[in-house]
Amino acid sequence: MTVNCILSGVGGQGTVLASKLIAQAAMDKGQNARTAETIGMAQRGGCVVSHVRIGDEIHSPMIPKHSADVIIGFEPAEAVRCLPYLKKGGVAVVSRKAIRPVTASLGNSAYNGSEMMPYLQKEAAKLIVVDGDKICKACGSAKVLNVALLGAACASGMLGLSMEELKTAISKRVKPQFIELNTKALEEGAKAAEIMQQCEE
Amino acid sequence: MKKFLMGNEAIAMGAIHAGVNLVCGYPGTPSTEILETVAKNNDGSIYVEWSVNEKAAMEVAAGASYSGARTLVTMKQVGLNVASDPLMSLAYVGVKGGMVIVSADDPGPISSQTEQDTRHFAQFSKLPVFDPSSPEEAYAMIGDAFALSEEYGTPVLFRPTTRVCHGCASMEIADTKTVNKPEGFIKDAKWTIFPRLSYQNHLKIEERNPAMGEKLSSYRFNTITGGGTKGIATGGISYEYTKEALGDCNAKLLKVSTPHPFPEKLALAFLNGLTEVMVIEELDPVIERELIFLCGKHHLNVAIRGKLSGDVQQAGENTVESVKAVLHNYLGLPAPEKDEPLPPLPVRPPVLCAGCPHRASFYAVKQAMKGQKAVFAGDIGCYTLGNAMPLDMVDTCLCMGADITIAQGMQHIEPDVKHFSFIGDSTFFASGITGVVNAVYNESDITLIVLDNSTTAMTGHQPHPGTGRTMMGNITEKVSIPAILTAVGVKEVSVVNPFHLAEAVEAVKKAATHKGVSAVIFQSPCIAVSKPSSAYWVDSEQCAGCKKCINEIGCPAVSMDGGKAFIEPSLCFGCSLCAQVCPCGAMKGVQ
Repeated sequence: MTVNCILSGVGGQGTVLASKLIAQAAMDKGQNARTAETIGMAQRGGCVVSHVRIGDEIHSPMIPKHSADVIIGFEPAEAVRCLPYLKKGGVAVVSRKAIRPVTASLGNSAYNGSEMMPYLQKEAAKLIVVDGDKICKACGSAKVLNVALLGAACASGMLGLSMEELKTAISKRVKPQFIELNTKALEEGAKAAEIMQQCEE
Repeated sequence: MKKFLMGNEAIAMGAIHAGVNLVCGYPGTPSTEILETVAKNNDGSIYVEWSVNEKAAMEVAAGASYSGARTLVTMKQVGLNVASDPLMSLAYVGVKGGMVIVSADDPGPISSQTEQDTRHFAQFSKLPVFDPSSPEEAYAMIGDAFALSEEYGTPVLFRPTTRVCHGCASMEIADTKTVNKPEGFIKDAKWTIFPRLSYQNHLKIEERNPAMGEKLSSYRFNTITGGGTKGIATGGISYEYTKEALGDCNAKLLKVSTPHPFPEKLALAFLNGLTEVMVIEELDPVIERELIFLCGKHHLNVAIRGKLSGDVQQAGENTVESVKAVLHNYLGLPAPEKDEPLPPLPVRPPVLCAGCPHRASFYAVKQAMKGQKAVFAGDIGCYTLGNAMPLDMVDTCLCMGADITIAQGMQHIEPDVKHFSFIGDSTFFASGITGVVNAVYNESDITLIVLDNSTTAMTGHQPHPGTGRTMMGNITEKVSIPAILTAVGVKEVSVVNPFHLAEAVEAVKKAATHKGVSAVIFQSPCIAVSKPSSAYWVDSEQCAGCKKCINEIGCPAVSMDGGKAFIEPSLCFGCSLCAQVCPCGAMKGVQ
């Protein structure tokens, strides 16, 4: 079985750690993982995309288009930008909050993120929207959006990983003083996704 | 043991396990993490340094290799241009201890000035080159590269590309390492290059390379798989894209992991029985030209297609999709699915961070020069991003250190225009100093702006001579930029904090009126190596909604919300620049 997961956001949001956690959890289960990261100039507030691929018959570090099982969008427009990678029947897990680029402020664009939601709704088989601000507030840190989204993606069932497996990965990859905080964020993210999925049903 | 490693980490671990004694390099995307990983995993037995530039790195490594040490030199592809002087001669002189030169190529390009191909540099310098297709292969190949280097007494090039460098994979790595005890330098005439010696060594190299190509024809990572009358030749990351695009489809596949010396014997075995070959590679058509050459040399009637025939894109990265499109035309594989059109999306180019001192520096120069004709020559680093609106303060960018000398050339042609050059601290040490000496000696009239943020920011905050820290963890004397400038004869030198806006503008005005070479050093640390101050906030009662803060400085933390300015607290670094620009006093901070 192969799992393809795209994480897309804005430089500085922590997509790289989230992708490492998925890969670590898969490896701990005896699976092989590949990732590809954006490192360099684009990290300075530009678009960043992490590709995570789990399985044995994988060659390209980048996910081919139309084959991602899940897109984890750290920002609405960045989720849409990666939609060509999503397969039919794929799931999108997206943070509600828009990050307005300087170009939008300079050019008087009205972009606020909400206009992306109907499009995501239409293209993804399932859309899970996460209120990242609320979770960050509950956790007392603005830096845990990445792990919260990971929790929501886990709850969607598309990663093929359990919460326990991700928690173990956090304990291995995150500095000791931040393990508790990130574990809480993971749980809050999963909880938010579960509530949303129940509402839909 | 099984590890999940980035390609660059794999290269570093491979070198450590091969018993590397000395590692040096200069930071450059996508190569930087190699040297950092060696330093992080150093048990104390390896000498590691960030050299001031790639030329210095290669010469330091050459000295160590002359003394019998195994050495690794790391750089990005354009760094090899800087190091090409020692490289070309070293190819003639040779080495004793194994020497592997990693030059990371960047198809796209994603973070580079050029799409140059290190495989061409290998042909030009007549040196062998390894081209790994994945992180795990890079790990395995590094040991082979050291062995080849010592067997032939020659430096060996190793060229991963961005997707190998920055891709991560699960891989088995060794638990033990080879121990290599350098014998020390033994005096011999062979270490001193003279025309006579060069002539003799040139003959030896020309004799050696075909033999090495023959040997490499049976190298474990040069392979032929599949069958049929239509072939595909590939190498590096494109091999992985091709495998993925092919799926279960059968075709005869040649994988070239040592593009130079070309494994001719293996390639001839591949060409045997084929009518056509599609060559899938990135950057230059290196394998393609080699195959065309072989067909000519051996009078083979095989059509070689690729970039030169217009079947494969000439520039940019390959992807699974681009390879699928080529194979659709070539083998009749299903065409890649079409993308649905996307709704309009906000453009999101990289920008200077909120709180970045470069923003304040650029703004100060812009204010000081208001209404005057001025040209701003820029350079390589985060501060190249000062080109974006609304700052619009980078008129040229060529290569490391060129800001200072480009400004001089312009000034000689247009002496009535004011010429500025902007250079970062790490770039100044790398290749800025000679340019300043040139300006002083040749009586140029320019103002040099040094953007000193106490780190090598763009590549991820490496130390440099001005930071007083080394990669061996030692605290050393900081090399002073103002002292260098004064010593080489710059008469007007000032040091200012760019966040003291009024003072900064005055310093630039004073420097600009100085006849001759003048310099302003803007000192303020990169936000990544300093602590934030309390975030600013907008008193919406006082904000007139004039957007001056946005239109003048373009900080990513500031946007408009309901007709008033809004500062995103999670992004604001508390730099105070917006408060100094705001005409209404609406930006409030903790005093």
